[in-house]
Amino acid sequence: MSEAIVRALGLLAAFDRTLLEIAGLSLRVSLSAVLIAALLGLPLGAAIAVGRFPGRQAAIVVLNAFMGLPPVVVGLIVYLALSRAGPLGPLGILFTPRAMVIAQALLIVPIVAALTRQIVEDAWREHREQLVSLGASAGRAALSLLWDTRFSLTTVVLAGFGRASAEVGAVMIVGGNIDGVTRVMTTAIALETSKGDLPLALALGLVLITLVMLLNASAYFIAEAARRRYG
Amino acid sequence: MLALALERVAYTANGQRIIDDLSAEFTAGERSVILGANGAGKSVLLRLCHGLLQPTSGTIRWNSGGSGKPRDAMVFQRPVMLRRSVLHNLTYALALAGVPWRERKARARTALAKAGLEALAKRSARVLSGGEQQRLALARAWALEPTVLFLDEPTANLDPVATREVEAIIQAIHSAGTKVIMTTHNLGQARRLGDEILFIARGRLIERAPADVFFRAPASVDAAAFLRGELP
Ligand SMILES: Nc1ncnc2c1ncn2[C@@H]1O[C@H](COP(=O)(O)OP(=O)(O)O)[C@@H](O)[C@H]1O
Ligand SMILES: [Mg+2]
Repeated sequence: MSEAIVRALGLLAAFDRTLLEIAGLSLRVSLSAVLIAALLGLPLGAAIAVGRFPGRQAAIVVLNAFMGLPPVVVGLIVYLALSRAGPLGPLGILFTPRAMVIAQALLIVPIVAALTRQIVEDAWREHREQLVSLGASAGRAALSLLWDTRFSLTTVVLAGFGRASAEVGAVMIVGGNIDGVTRVMTTAIALETSKGDLPLALALGLVLITLVMLLNASAYFIAEAARRRYG
Repeated sequence: MLALALERVAYTANGQRIIDDLSAEFTAGERSVILGANGAGKSVLLRLCHGLLQPTSGTIRWNSGGSGKPRDAMVFQRPVMLRRSVLHNLTYALALAGVPWRERKARARTALAKAGLEALAKRSARVLSGGEQQRLALARAWALEPTVLFLDEPTANLDPVATREVEAIIQAIHSAGTKVIMTTHNLGQARRLGDEILFIARGRLIERAPADVFFRAPASVDAAAFLRGELP
């Protein structure tokens, strides 16, 4: 065990190539997924927060429920859509990083949208009369409040990124954990552990934990600095 | 000639008549102070006039003598600022009002100067004190150059010094030609700022009179009791 830890640290210190490749792909996939999820989830959440339309409450319930979607189920759905017989089969992107990006994005869009909806709705409650008084349309108000809550929303997006990069089930199903192609940190840890290659698994685990810590620390310090500066 | 006419306006919420069969007309010039106890319906009345609420029955009509609805602005009891600089809170309001962007900064700075806030232009608006934020709210409303300015108990949350500063700005806005319609439950403030008093209780307009007449010889039992400090 302690030997495994020493060798894991050795891999990290030597910037082991396999390790770097896997970590790099993880970052690329999860960053792409979080970018897509932010582009979809932020406006969606703000629109639901500010809009008044039939079915709004149902939309909120569904969104909140989808925050807890089991990753393997998302993986299965994306797999079915992308498999050769599926509606998106002709794209031929199953078992590629793109499929993993889609799965992770689907997984975290509800998270980003639901948390954005909550945050923007609180802000809307506070600002509504003033903004309406100044003549803001609902769309304009939604944009203004997205900007006004930008620091809280940064934390939301970071949470989405954390969830995407820590997830195993969905990327395992749609990526296939192919060595050098679709192997990311979480799937590699699962595989190496089952094979008994503990040093690589441990080293990847350390990278993953460090990443999560860094994310949380930056979320915390961004929020703190913003509170001090902007009130 | 400006006129804002309320005809038999009623507002009901949750089965409760908050504004009850209220008729009144406002014309340009003198400062109208709507006086009444807490819960009398002052805030709701002002929101109806400003268009934030729609009357359950009755009508509210604006007449500017031809050129459409005159611009009106409102300052609320608790100022609400966006998480951006003092200056940008003003330019934001000007943008929403359709002021071309080239003119916004200059107009915002002029309004800040008039409210004594030019030194704070770059500060973040939400870290200002309550009094500064309320002066900023007044500057924001003033920058819009409204024909009518509604103020809902603008000093209710302020200490005496900040109250005087806010009252001075309201006075200046009036002197610059904007019609001021404000609510208060504070007799001293009504005396200092009111040219005429509209006394309301239980959502009804009980009495309307020039301020000196109202304070010397209130015509209604309700107003007399309110002036003696016996809250209804
Ligand atoms: N949106 C609302 N729904 C229900 N009741 C309200 C609403 N707004 C105000 N009221 C009630 O209407 C009455 C008058 O309120 P308000 O206009 O705020 O009084 P004031 O400003 O004179 O203190 C109060 O009894 C208040 O509880
Ligand atoms: Mg009130």
